[in-house]
Amino acid sequence: MASIEAFMAQDHKACDDRFARAEAAAGKRDWAAAASEFAAFRKAMERHFEMEESVLFSAFEDRTGMAGGPTMVMREEHEQMRGVLAMLGEAVEAHDADEYLGQAETLNVLMQQHNLKEEQVLYRMMDEHLAGEADTLLARFADLETG
Amino acid sequence: MAQAGLSYEQAPPVSVPFRFFLTAPVFGLLCAGLLVWRGPEVFDSRWMPAALGATHLLTLGFLASVMTGAMMQILPVLVGAPIPAPRGVARLTHLALSLGTLSLAGGFVLLQPTLLRSAVVLLGAGFALFVIAVVVSLARVRAWNATVGVMWLVAIALAVTVVFGALLAASLGFGIALPTGALHDLHPGWALLGWVGVLVIGVAYQVVPMFQMTPSYSDKLTSWLTWAIFAALVLWTAAKLALGDAGEPLAHGLALAVAAGYATFAVITLDLQRQRRRRLADVTLDFWRVGMVCLIAAACCWAARLVGIEGLPDAFDVFVGVLAIVGVALSVVNGMLYKIAPFLVWFHLQTQSTGRGTVPHMKKILGDDAQRTQFRVQLVALALLLAAPWWTPLAYPGGLALAASMILLLRNLLAVTRIYREVQTRADLARDTI
Repeated sequence: MASIEAFMAQDHKACDDRFARAEAAAGKRDWAAAASEFAAFRKAMERHFEMEESVLFSAFEDRTGMAGGPTMVMREEHEQMRGVLAMLGEAVEAHDADEYLGQAETLNVLMQQHNLKEEQVLYRMMDEHLAGEADTLLARFADLETG
Repeated sequence: MAQAGLSYEQAPPVSVPFRFFLTAPVFGLLCAGLLVWRGPEVFDSRWMPAALGATHLLTLGFLASVMTGAMMQILPVLVGAPIPAPRGVARLTHLALSLGTLSLAGGFVLLQPTLLRSAVVLLGAGFALFVIAVVVSLARVRAWNATVGVMWLVAIALAVTVVFGALLAASLGFGIALPTGALHDLHPGWALLGWVGVLVIGVAYQVVPMFQMTPSYSDKLTSWLTWAIFAALVLWTAAKLALGDAGEPLAHGLALAVAAGYATFAVITLDLQRQRRRRLADVTLDFWRVGMVCLIAAACCWAARLVGIEGLPDAFDVFVGVLAIVGVALSVVNGMLYKIAPFLVWFHLQTQSTGRGTVPHMKKILGDDAQRTQFRVQLVALALLLAAPWWTPLAYPGGLALAASMILLLRNLLAVTRIYREVQTRADLARDTI
């Protein structure tokens, strides 16, 4: 049986990789590379949010009846990250390295503390409450639009 | 049902950690003042009253202050365990610890038993309140993870440190006979190798991979290292207390194991940081690297003392103390402040704000250049203070450099709080005009 925690933590790492590549390109002011790396990073992030919001969080909320609990907080933090991602996009278009690096630093701390809470608490709760359904849920990721 | 605390609402108000963060450089400045005032005396031996005063201004006034504030912030967010009545606990703990630290340092420097007596009461009460709040919060945790375990160890180590410290201070202040001379080693041992050291390792497990995107520490390491260090400290204490002189070889062996544990941690940390995926310059990273290099040096020097290399002067012990306190602990804590303080301000403002783009990003809240300047001045201070045990007149320039560094740190932290107020006021005005 698949582990939600293992799968999703792996996806966090994949997003981190894309983040680091985009940031390195912006740091070098290589804007062509920064644009494509950032686009790939943003897409990876959107897909990760989508996997959680449309599949995992909904399943967890249905199962536990906790719509106003931890998943709500995680959804709010996704919105905060979307806000910073939008500003990173503007910085890439404006070729503004200082702005990009400042927003990236902010996003990194926001993203990492978010991931930590998911990996140490929420995913573990999911593996506990959604035991038996994990394979089906993870298979549904293939149907997502962002895939 | 484990109702895990991931909520922002469980994070304490921004004033809770900042109260402690802003106090730290003020005590650093007081320590610098003492160095300039008393000069060479501070570095003559670890037993000099001025040395004890300076040490506690840094360990209690700077380190314990930031660590207390940071733990109140971290516990609710990371382990899902809110501190009960955070505002009240923060206010009282902060007041008792600040006054207690002043009292203790004053008691040492001015040789005033009255001040030492009030220090025992104030510090005892302040730390008791804090430890009880932490224990209540940890006892509520239902989802156990590695961080929760480390926090328990840290709370216990702090309690042991405080009890041993209170006994030492009481023997001076109230003239009570000291139950055992071993406390002179046990108190600093538990303070630096238990409370500070284990907290640094526990925090490193989380933040080293986070900030620079390094590989994670291996599960093999994280599952045993802090527990092994803690167990060795317990056995070391037992050997010293129960076996007396006969226990010395055993105690030395255990102490060597602790030194080896810390050196291993430092080497692994430097190696992980070498493999970081974020390659851009970062002041927090540089502070960590200085701290880890000093940790390796401190562990090696301490091991040299333990295996009984002949002819090591008194200055050697003071040197190891400066390495551990200024080189390791102050560096790591200073570096962490530069991530925690701007992020907390950003996070609180972001959560209150309505419109996108109204909250400045972290590097606008505190710029790289301001951090870098303070880092460089702090490095100069560290170098001078490391040299001072060997040539004590260096206490004067060392104190001046430390003063400059602490003024810059205070200026940087005040700039962060000023931005918080400005953006908040703007947001309030905007809301009023709607």
